[in-house]
Amino acid sequence: MSYLENNLKTIPSGPTKILFLNWPLIFLLTAVAGTGFLMLYSVAGGNVETWAEPQMKRFGVGLVAMIAVGLTPIWFWRNVSGVIYTIALLLLLAVEFVGDIGMGAQRWLDLGPLRLQPSEIMKIGLVMLLAAYYDWLPAEKVSSPIWVALPVALILMPTFLVLTQPDLGTAVMLTLGGGFVMFAAGVSLWYFGTIIALVVGLVAAVLESRGTSWQLLHDYQFKRIDTFLDPSADPLGAGYNIMQAQIALGSGGWSGRGYMQGTQSHLNFLPEKHTDFIFTTLAEEFGFIGAFGLLSLYVGIIAFATYTALSTKDRYASLVSLGVAGTFFFFFAINMGMVMGLMPVVGVPLPMVSYGGTAMMILLAAFGLVQSAHVHRPR
Amino acid sequence: MLKGLRRRSQASAQASRTTITRRALMLGGAQVAMVAALGLRMRHMQLERADEFRMLADGNSIKIRLIPPARGLIYDRNGLLVAGNEQNYRVTMTREDAEDVPGELAALRQLIPMTDAEAGELLTEIARRPPNAPITIADRLSWEEFCSVSINTPALPGVTPEVGLSRHYPHGPDFAHVLGYVGPVSDYDLSKLENPDPLLRIPRFQLGKSGIEAKLEDELRGTAGQRRVEVNSAGREMRELSRREGDPGVALQLTLDARLQNFALQRLAGESAAAVVMDVTNGDIMAIASAPSFDPNLFVRGISGADYGALMENDHRPLADKTVQGVYPPGSTFKLVTLLAALEAGVVSPEETVYCPGYMTVGGRRFGCWKHSGHGRVNAVYSLEQSCDTYYYEVSQRVGIEAIAAMAKRLGIGVKHDLPMSAVAEGNAPTKDWKLKRHGKDWLIGDTINASIGQGYVLASPLQLAVMVSRVASGRAVVPRLVRARNGVEVPAPEAPKLDIDPAHLAVARRGMWAVVNGSHGTAGGSKVVLQDWLMAGKTGTSQVRSAVVNNKAVPWEQRDHALFVCFAPVADPKYAVALIVEHGGGGSSAAAPIARDILLFALAGGLPPLAAYPAAQRETVKSRFEGLDLIDPAHFAAPTRGRA
Repeated sequence: MSYLENNLKTIPSGPTKILFLNWPLIFLLTAVAGTGFLMLYSVAGGNVETWAEPQMKRFGVGLVAMIAVGLTPIWFWRNVSGVIYTIALLLLLAVEFVGDIGMGAQRWLDLGPLRLQPSEIMKIGLVMLLAAYYDWLPAEKVSSPIWVALPVALILMPTFLVLTQPDLGTAVMLTLGGGFVMFAAGVSLWYFGTIIALVVGLVAAVLESRGTSWQLLHDYQFKRIDTFLDPSADPLGAGYNIMQAQIALGSGGWSGRGYMQGTQSHLNFLPEKHTDFIFTTLAEEFGFIGAFGLLSLYVGIIAFATYTALSTKDRYASLVSLGVAGTFFFFFAINMGMVMGLMPVVGVPLPMVSYGGTAMMILLAAFGLVQSAHVHRPR
Repeated sequence: MLKGLRRRSQASAQASRTTITRRALMLGGAQVAMVAALGLRMRHMQLERADEFRMLADGNSIKIRLIPPARGLIYDRNGLLVAGNEQNYRVTMTREDAEDVPGELAALRQLIPMTDAEAGELLTEIARRPPNAPITIADRLSWEEFCSVSINTPALPGVTPEVGLSRHYPHGPDFAHVLGYVGPVSDYDLSKLENPDPLLRIPRFQLGKSGIEAKLEDELRGTAGQRRVEVNSAGREMRELSRREGDPGVALQLTLDARLQNFALQRLAGESAAAVVMDVTNGDIMAIASAPSFDPNLFVRGISGADYGALMENDHRPLADKTVQGVYPPGSTFKLVTLLAALEAGVVSPEETVYCPGYMTVGGRRFGCWKHSGHGRVNAVYSLEQSCDTYYYEVSQRVGIEAIAAMAKRLGIGVKHDLPMSAVAEGNAPTKDWKLKRHGKDWLIGDTINASIGQGYVLASPLQLAVMVSRVASGRAVVPRLVRARNGVEVPAPEAPKLDIDPAHLAVARRGMWAVVNGSHGTAGGSKVVLQDWLMAGKTGTSQVRSAVVNNKAVPWEQRDHALFVCFAPVADPKYAVALIVEHGGGGSSAAAPIARDILLFALAGGLPPLAAYPAAQRETVKSRFEGLDLIDPAHFAAPTRGRA
């Protein structure tokens, strides 16, 4: 990344800042979103208005938001991190009481023209707050128990709220994203070892709780676990999604069945084909080449964001960039793993491709933080 | 320069950057590993197993078929099967697997009888349904027809001979109204459901259409099983890969007694009538018969236009359920309500007499008693025995319509009873507010007088009358019920609470009913029971269909009065109550009481009543009447099989 700034010793200012944005990152994000438009057009049966057009508009808004965030100095974002986290937490609480019910879960806040999903804001708010926290905390205290307990509490509060909505996917994303930042900040590996051991114990407890009075998960969540372990046990019920998704994916072969030619997608064998399962349509219609191509685009995005993180000397900028990249990584890794049968089905969309307004705009704004870190990096 | 950034010692900043870089690289490594796993999985599924998945997607060579569950069986209280399932041979065709639909249909018509019209309808239906949905071409085939199709299937791709279950009602018309019947799912049925059971998508799946079959559909249907089958390119099943049976529907045991039900319908034959028999101790409905009836099996098979037309045009309305759906002015049977309302309000004492000159003039209008010469001085018991109208004109003015309506509701009239039957009517216990709302007119005193003898706005169904008598007889607020046990587990029947009516007043009403049958001047004196243990009490009723009273024999059938009779027995320790109406039958004492007595005695005897129960002079007539009945013999039915089939 040394095309203009080779000999630059100062931080750019004014309109010239635009030249110093991480343009390859913008290009990659646009390419991924473009893939999304193509797929949304296809699953809508060749109709732009159903999903592709609203998605394009939101992408436009999100792109502008990303650049605006990117041109704002990174220290401004560090200073407001706590505020954003607090607002997101309050919104989550609000959803708990006045939220709309959609698809059986309480996730939405209706603010007139804007339908807001506070859990999406929280994914970024949490990363920002943790990055600011470790920026403030002297490096030698990072692993002392008290200073570890505090960020853990900051992660668990929103996770708990999201879990009661109930939204297992987002809860997992929050925990992983927060843990990712803590790991990057240098918290002792022993803690992570312990946590992993605890998680294994908890999973055992959850499975044990099934059918008792203290059952820890909803029945449908248990059902998803069963289905993951053996999708063919219930091919007409809960396992149906996974079986059909895998048939779609596998039948794509090397080069796919051709754009808009996927039988699984177009004969309505696929569930939620415009949201969580959109990757199967891509894999069916564009085959291994298309699926691997999208994976490569994602890897490129992660690589550029990580490059920004490593090239800045500012600790907040580094951590926030890594955190955004990590969250993004978990998005696509969990989604792809889920539709390919490597993981249980949790509601995690394919980032920048699945239909969904809040998620895409928030992600773009989050990449604005990476851009800001990139533009304003002390050299 | 870096005003916004925290200043930190050079060494510390350097150390932390090193940490972050090292950790970032570790994380990067982990990410690379996961991406590699994703990539390998893609390769595995899309390149190595592509052919397998392609085959599944293309040919869908493995199909999942639903196994319809056996519909829940229904038994009578003694374990006789009243609704069962029988084997049904049928032939289905799936469009996507058939090569030449019209050609194959023509070939099938060589093997099974089918009219041109039916064939045309089938072609339209096949074109309309999804290509992968099997359409029933013909069902209820004979074994020979079924075999001839089976032998020819290799030449008929997409055609499948199947054995399924179909509902069958072994007692035919006896339970038509209470059980209702099933029929094939219609688009209208589906449109009413928010999230229909996938079973209902099976063409011609049988769904309850009326009566218990419809009301308890969710229990009776059961849950689908499924099997995975491998099919060849012609859509023919090659082998079954796995099979999971569904759960059959709940087996219901009803409170009804099939033999009593049969006897009641036989006894009502020829009339347009209804009878309800209730156990006054627990509300069990022992029989609920509406005559004439029809054969529900006709509806299961798909009734022909001619048969349906005949049912619709019959002036005795066989399709209507007169027991719960039909409401009638209860006539003099309602005097029980008026009397109890007046006694409870204290406006008249049991011994107090009212003078009946044969009429009463109220507000310048003359209301006649049925006995034009008058009854003289009449007290409570005698008013029932003689069914003196004037007595009720008088006490109803004293107590008022509101108290009468309230008493009617306490005794079950004007209340919608919760039974799993179609169109259970609420009847009507009119009040001043009701008339204002319904007719926009003020209540008149004449309305009260009409209501006091069960005419005017008062309406009750035979079921409600049976509840009324049961409550008067038992002194308890018994609630009618039809379901006795589910899957062999008895439905609890808690003892009904005592009625909030002075037992002394109920005793007056019962003594009056005793006198109606057994008194020297009783209106139903011709329908006595002479066995001391089974003495009967009752109340006649004749409800006017037209305004002017003329000789019933002189007017056409549909203008004659309805004949009603309500009764219970034994008087000493009431067990069963019967409410019976014969539409346009004439007088309650002549047309209704003798039938009600036979049914009540049948219930008490648990079979044909002994002739000793009848007065000596009537025994010969009764005997020949019984001999003329075509009763079921329980020996015809196989030993009752309880529980699941």
